[in-house]
Amino acid sequence: MTSFQVNGKPVQVDVDPTTPLLWVLRDSLEMTGTKFGCGMALCGACTVHLDGKAIRSCVAPVSRVEGKRVTTIEGLSANLTHPLQRAWIELDVPQCGYCQSGQIMSAAILLAENPKPTDKDIDEAMGGNICRCGTYQRIRKAIHKAAELASEGRTK
Amino acid sequence: MSASAMVGRRDFIRTGAAIGGGLLVSLYAPPLLDGTGGAVAAEGKDFAVNAFVRIGADESVTVIAAHSEMGQGVYTSLPMLLNEELQADWSKIRVEAAPVDKAYNHPVFGMQMTGGSTTSPAEWERYRKMGATARMMLVEAAATKWGVDAASCKVEKGVVIHTATNKRATYGSLADAAAKLTPPANVPLKNPKDFTLVGKPTRRLDTPSKTNGTAQFGLDVIVPGMLTAVVARPPVFGGKVAKVDAREALKVPGVKAVEQVPSGVAVIAEHFWPAKLGREKLKIDWDLGPNAGLSTEKMLRDFSEMSSKPGAIAKKSGDPDAALKTAAKTITAEYDVPYLAHAMMEPLNCVVDLRADSCEIWTGTQFETVDRASAAQVAGLPPEKVQIHTTLLGGGFGRRANPNSDFVVEAVHVAKAAKAPVKVVWTREDDVRGGWYRPMWHDRFAAGLDANGDPIAWTHTIVGQSIMQGTLFEAFTIKDGIDSTSVEGAADVLYGFPNLQVDLHTPKIGVPVQWWRSVGHSHTGFSVEAFFDEVAHAGGKDPYELRKKLLANQPRMRAVLELAAQKANWGSKLPPGVGRGIATHFSFDSYVAQVVEASVEKGAVKVHRVVCAVDCGLVINPDTVRAQMEGGIIFGLTAALKTEITLKDGRVEQSNFHDYQMLRMFESPEIEVHIVPSTESPTGVGEPGVPPVAPALANAIFAATGKRVRRLPIRGSDLA
Repeated sequence: MTSFQVNGKPVQVDVDPTTPLLWVLRDSLEMTGTKFGCGMALCGACTVHLDGKAIRSCVAPVSRVEGKRVTTIEGLSANLTHPLQRAWIELDVPQCGYCQSGQIMSAAILLAENPKPTDKDIDEAMGGNICRCGTYQRIRKAIHKAAELASEGRTK
Repeated sequence: MSASAMVGRRDFIRTGAAIGGGLLVSLYAPPLLDGTGGAVAAEGKDFAVNAFVRIGADESVTVIAAHSEMGQGVYTSLPMLLNEELQADWSKIRVEAAPVDKAYNHPVFGMQMTGGSTTSPAEWERYRKMGATARMMLVEAAATKWGVDAASCKVEKGVVIHTATNKRATYGSLADAAAKLTPPANVPLKNPKDFTLVGKPTRRLDTPSKTNGTAQFGLDVIVPGMLTAVVARPPVFGGKVAKVDAREALKVPGVKAVEQVPSGVAVIAEHFWPAKLGREKLKIDWDLGPNAGLSTEKMLRDFSEMSSKPGAIAKKSGDPDAALKTAAKTITAEYDVPYLAHAMMEPLNCVVDLRADSCEIWTGTQFETVDRASAAQVAGLPPEKVQIHTTLLGGGFGRRANPNSDFVVEAVHVAKAAKAPVKVVWTREDDVRGGWYRPMWHDRFAAGLDANGDPIAWTHTIVGQSIMQGTLFEAFTIKDGIDSTSVEGAADVLYGFPNLQVDLHTPKIGVPVQWWRSVGHSHTGFSVEAFFDEVAHAGGKDPYELRKKLLANQPRMRAVLELAAQKANWGSKLPPGVGRGIATHFSFDSYVAQVVEASVEKGAVKVHRVVCAVDCGLVINPDTVRAQMEGGIIFGLTAALKTEITLKDGRVEQSNFHDYQMLRMFESPEIEVHIVPSTESPTGVGEPGVPPVAPALANAIFAATGKRVRRLPIRGSDLA
């Protein structure tokens, strides 16, 4: 039995402890917002937060999260109010949308650690996330936009 | 393939209209569907005014999408078309995937499908007509209720208003009565100049769900009692299972069964992870079959050799042989591009719930009619007993329109064996090694220049597999041994060459091949435009000026070319080491020109900027056109710089994103898109952005370094 928190709620799962967190989320907990893209930490579609750090859940055995806090795209905000979600909607970033959970979760950690990132900061932080539809330019703009929205939020 | 390629350019408009008109009649034969749900009666309080729109008592307006959403924006553009005429409150619009039914057949292709960059061109009229019809019926219902003349009523944001008395009724309150009326015979449409929604930048309706994890892709479908399977497929195309030892696999906790299916060996488990672990424990002896000797290296040599003799003639005008002989100067070159996998971010998957008398399928597909027929055959059921729920597609690029319905057929076989609902999941490795690639191509050119340096002869020999052979499109696309998609973008080249020949060799090779975003244009765009640059330089001409000159009779392409050049400041000075390249390409009835700025540092190509101009006729959602050009450019750059599928001893050498690499954010350039205003009918948008970027980049590299790029992906070693 492995116990941890997902989006603030305690969960317990009875699976082989080597099972990647990704498949525990998707198959055992039926939380499908976190995506499978490569299974080798190459594409970032499965990015979630573990105690406030971005991890690739496709290569993280569930044993690693015992007693820890996991945040998934479903837990980013209750109602699309996170600055990244607002920026993504305003700039219509997604095309197929499949990679965007991972993109947003990677960007969320970037902004948490660096509230005013430069283009270079963004390129470095987002280098592990692939978008086959080619929305990179919009993602970059949306991260800047989200940084702006967040700073407006703080000064209000 | 474009819609027009299928039926002939001019016929398209006529046929499109005729088929659209014909459908209009059949659309109203209620009930449209066979009791499998969908358009008619999802909720008791919803009323289907026709097959394409349902109105709820709660004022919700559900537009039924006959085409799949794979990122190209049709879940927004189709409702825009419909609501331009319906005039409901846009904030009340929802979208739902159509069930499989002939009512939703593609107006040109006659089957339910999404592809060929045809959704907007093909639905341009039908969805507006459906919206107008529904509006007229709602107005009539109100007029009847009030005992007034329908002509004295107007509509505002989903409310019918009797102007004289200011009586008002919402669409929701009228839908029940409207659905019972006979549809009008004559449905006039707005003049495009009066559009209030079409042509305006409109936010995508699917974006919110794609930012909070609620968007449902095929892989996200969970059906009660569902098992998950992965399939071990042969390491060589066409291989077969000789012997399976499943003992160790069956010992993996969670593995329920191991079953042989026609495509390989299925490991069926409670969840994905045990299925995958189980597959790793299988011991399979494969009968490799006839393709175990396939090698890319040998194919490259064979293709080049084949191209040394002319193939079947696809296009001949003037006397190119004579012109080459009398030319003041001749140049020749050979180009190569590899097999390419589509590599959608969402790997293939399919959920099947097979019962004695029904089969329900959930998957992201571009090919509903074909998939249903194929699934029905395997299930041993009539097609009407098979229902497909089309989910969102995590990318398609053509792969999810498989002529053999490979991923659907296999899943039905697995479900048959599993005797339970089952989700078949492909891993990334399965996807990369699974075939159905863009074919590898070899292009050999010769050009003759006159004493002024102007091209007077152009010959182009193409070598590559046919993607249409053996498919249901064969009759439309293969004529006299020429697969039109093998030579598209070459045989119909827009430049005015006085003597032209394009010919084709079609080798048969055991690698399954398929359409891939921009189809034949994905190779002809590169080779034709890169060789054109060679011709320009050989004749001492500016490549932009020569293009302009040879497009004298192509005003739309010429305008696009001029716009791209102007926006990119063609001819202006660039920083040292940076080169500028230009290319045009006509595909899917759209005109695109692109200018790339690039440099090469230590063998690594850096793309700084791409300027794109496009004329795709009347624009439905300008932001979507921009997004598709941006995405097409990244897709094309990935092919130019990164990806190739190669074979050795019949085995695919690549497997995942470490050796089949995608362009990443830090490698992607700044992209500017400029749209030519137009009142012509809409043309393709999803694919035409792809073809020009690789040649524009190759031409920029030549400008920067003097090195010619004649094969993709571009290798540092070719630039050293």
